[in-house]
Amino acid sequence: MTAAQVTAQVTLRGVTKVFPAAVDGNPVHALGPIDLEIRKGEFFAVVGPSGCGKSTLLELIAGLTAPTEGEIEFEGRAIGDNVPDGVGVVFQEDACFPWLNVLENVEFGLRRTTIDNDEKGRRAAAVIDMMGLRDFARSYPAQLSGGMRQRVCIARTIVAQPRLILLDEPFGALDQQTRLLMGDEILRLWRQTGATVFLITHALDEAVMLADRIVVMSARPGKTIDHVETGWPRERDSRIVERGNFGALTSRLWKTLREESLKTMGRAG
Amino acid sequence: MSRLRLSQIAVVAGFILLLEALCLAGVIDKITMPPPHIILRDLFHMLLTGRYFGEIGKSIVNVLVAFASAYLVGVIIGTILHGHKTTREILDPLFATYYAIPVFAFYPLFIVMFGLGDGPQILIGFMLAVVAVIITTLNGLDRVPPVLKKTARVNGLNALQTARHITLPFCTPYLLTAAKLALAYAFIGVIGSEFIMARSGMGYEISYAYTNFDNATMYPLILVILLLSIAANSLLSRWERMLLARRGQG
Repeated sequence: MTAAQVTAQVTLRGVTKVFPAAVDGNPVHALGPIDLEIRKGEFFAVVGPSGCGKSTLLELIAGLTAPTEGEIEFEGRAIGDNVPDGVGVVFQEDACFPWLNVLENVEFGLRRTTIDNDEKGRRAAAVIDMMGLRDFARSYPAQLSGGMRQRVCIARTIVAQPRLILLDEPFGALDQQTRLLMGDEILRLWRQTGATVFLITHALDEAVMLADRIVVMSARPGKTIDHVETGWPRERDSRIVERGNFGALTSRLWKTLREESLKTMGRAG
Repeated sequence: MSRLRLSQIAVVAGFILLLEALCLAGVIDKITMPPPHIILRDLFHMLLTGRYFGEIGKSIVNVLVAFASAYLVGVIIGTILHGHKTTREILDPLFATYYAIPVFAFYPLFIVMFGLGDGPQILIGFMLAVVAVIITTLNGLDRVPPVLKKTARVNGLNALQTARHITLPFCTPYLLTAAKLALAYAFIGVIGSEFIMARSGMGYEISYAYTNFDNATMYPLILVILLLSIAANSLLSRWERMLLARRGQG
């Protein structure tokens, strides 16, 4: 591995997020302080109890929301409150545009690029092929299953060839079988595109199956409390779960997370 | 044609036939209502001679003016209110009770203010229609999923581009519903005012024919209003269905 490959693509220094009080309420300290480095080209996962600010962390890195304190850098430049070029996001919710067909939805992802329409069409078609949606290019999202709609959203993101792909529980709304298959696809895309992947998930096995590195977050205000390197080879798929240390890694995460989850439940109860 | 559509046509046809039978049998006497086939004959006669074209045209123009102004103003106010939470909360009770107010009660006042011309009639149509447009616009804007707005930002769209490429297409079905409501209310407002007090227009002519026992004018004119209103509404509904079918909500 050369030096360039291990440099940090995203750096968070002392990042906190406090949401101002809603009417009559107290301000919500959602996150931090957090220090984090995401290396270029790695598959990075964040797990944590629900409500720990995982999605807030993703929105901070995406530039969708600004930190209260601290600084975030993407490729050496500070992120303002605009989404930097080269960053793509796939959300948990269905983000397909129902009034556009699959091809138009995917082409929407090329709005920021300056290439001509023919080239746009070619690139969109190539990504649609890659995601196994060729027969549905002219279909509208309403005609597709939940898993296929999520593929459309992934296609719309990767068509812009982002260097950093942020995934916010992208399989959360899908059934277990589809999740596993989509996991394989994400791994394949990660290898093919060479992009860095930042995955937020609540599913521990999913994190262990997919990621090179996993960070565990605490209950609110979310901080990083554990850090695991899986050490998987770059060429891998969902069958990695058969490896001997898959179980050990998952139980280690669960041990840390269990205490945190109990804290959250205790607070809610 | 689907069985459902056939049944729907059968219901309407059956009703007309029943009316015809009741009229011919004398259950409904001739002075009250002529049988449907006579009404239809009178209608053709009226359309052939071109009499009342001016009245019909005048009413249509007033309805369209009331509709267009209410629609434009309603969409603009709805959009502004969507961004001003406090103002919206202040106005919410007004919107909630608005249709409990008989707007026609203000008609005499408008006549005093603006004279017995087209103005007061258009104003009544406008007042009836505008709030329905505001409420429906707000309803549509409220339903734009936050994830679509985030997607817009991820793709580098500014506020204006987001409105054009995300909000507007998402809200199109709501804007069509608003158009349907506005048109219906504009019809009711304008024709209703003409009935109450006016010097011209379809409503005025119907009311005039009524006082003169002129069934050969009154019923064909009623039929014209019915046909116009239904035609305009089905046109918009058809457009709405097309949009919704594509989005799988039809």
